[in-house]
Amino acid sequence: MSTAVESVKVIGEVPSFQVTLFVRRFDPENDAEPKWQDFDVTVHGTDRVLDALHKIKWELDGSLTFRRSCAHGVCGSDAMRINGRNRLACKTLIKDLDITQPIYVEPIKGLKVEKDLVVDMNPFYQAYRDVKPFLIASDSPTKERIQSPEDRARFEDTTKCILCAACTTSCPVFWTDNQYFGPAAIVNAHRFIFDSRDEAAEVRLDILNDKEGVWRCRTTFNCTEACPRGIEVTKAIAEVKQAVLRGRV
Amino acid sequence: MAIIIEQPDAPRSRKGAQWEKRAWIFMRASGIILVFLIIGHLSVNLVLPEHGVKAIDFAFVAGKWASPFWQAYDGLLLWFALIHGTNGMRTLVNDYTEREWLRKSLNIALWVVAATLILLGTLVITTFDPCIDPNVHNYLPDLVCKG
Repeated sequence: MSTAVESVKVIGEVPSFQVTLFVRRFDPENDAEPKWQDFDVTVHGTDRVLDALHKIKWELDGSLTFRRSCAHGVCGSDAMRINGRNRLACKTLIKDLDITQPIYVEPIKGLKVEKDLVVDMNPFYQAYRDVKPFLIASDSPTKERIQSPEDRARFEDTTKCILCAACTTSCPVFWTDNQYFGPAAIVNAHRFIFDSRDEAAEVRLDILNDKEGVWRCRTTFNCTEACPRGIEVTKAIAEVKQAVLRGRV
Repeated sequence: MAIIIEQPDAPRSRKGAQWEKRAWIFMRASGIILVFLIIGHLSVNLVLPEHGVKAIDFAFVAGKWASPFWQAYDGLLLWFALIHGTNGMRTLVNDYTEREWLRKSLNIALWVVAATLILLGTLVITTFDPCIDPNVHNYLPDLVCKG
């Protein structure tokens, strides 16, 4: 009887282990500079970095501040720099990181830190707004706008963006030049530029054919590597460059 | 706060907008041209001569620049390499400087240096006279600089 219960327990058991998290903390009311703070937490093999942050906030230090909403990789709230790479905390399993070393968690770079892992996203959203990320069509929406699967496939990849800012804040050009539109804004422009139902491709191409537009891209591919949705960001930027050069989509 | 978007399909002013596009195209085009120019340059100067790199001396250069073809070739190489390189440096400066005054000063310095080098280089190529000093004849065979 007891052996049966034990074996069931062993099968269902999730291994747990200790990890050290170094979190970049900044309290605007008391700190002049951000500083590292370390936390030891016991986590399970199924836990993500977000779970570890929750554990810290709920059990160790309630003042730790970070954004998260859906916690399942869809809302794009919890992009952060984990071990030097931009990722979503809710999609990064701790067991996939090197747990023999401490895990370093920082806010995403290039945007002003407001507190701990929370940054001011307004410049990011402003660049997004500037590319007019909505359908512009002259006819009234009285019937369905038909689109062939081939036409749809042209911008399929860029519809996946969740505006987490992982790409834009991994871009070395954006780090020093906050005027640059950044990968995310260009991806969202791409989504409408290559949409056969949209009529304002030229306007968007004109916006991105700017000193701070697509020509600032150095094709370092940081954005493509950072994207938690697997969007081929650099490819999308290259397609926009080609469209600007040709003057058509 | 409601965000009002005025006339979403109105065209924007395009002041200076074409400049970056042209610079981008120039970098690619000049890059391709430079690959061939540099391969030709290295082959003719270093690989093809009988004694390789040791064959380069004053007479070798003087002999090349006696021909309008090599004058034009070296002129093109000079202009493309310097403008391509300086524009590349300009993008690096734009990428890595955060202070506007520093960015501007570095860029001005870059273009002043490039313009000076292009001017001097072009002057040398077009006005090159192998007979620098009539008293010194040992650079070249005597028949070149007689008188």
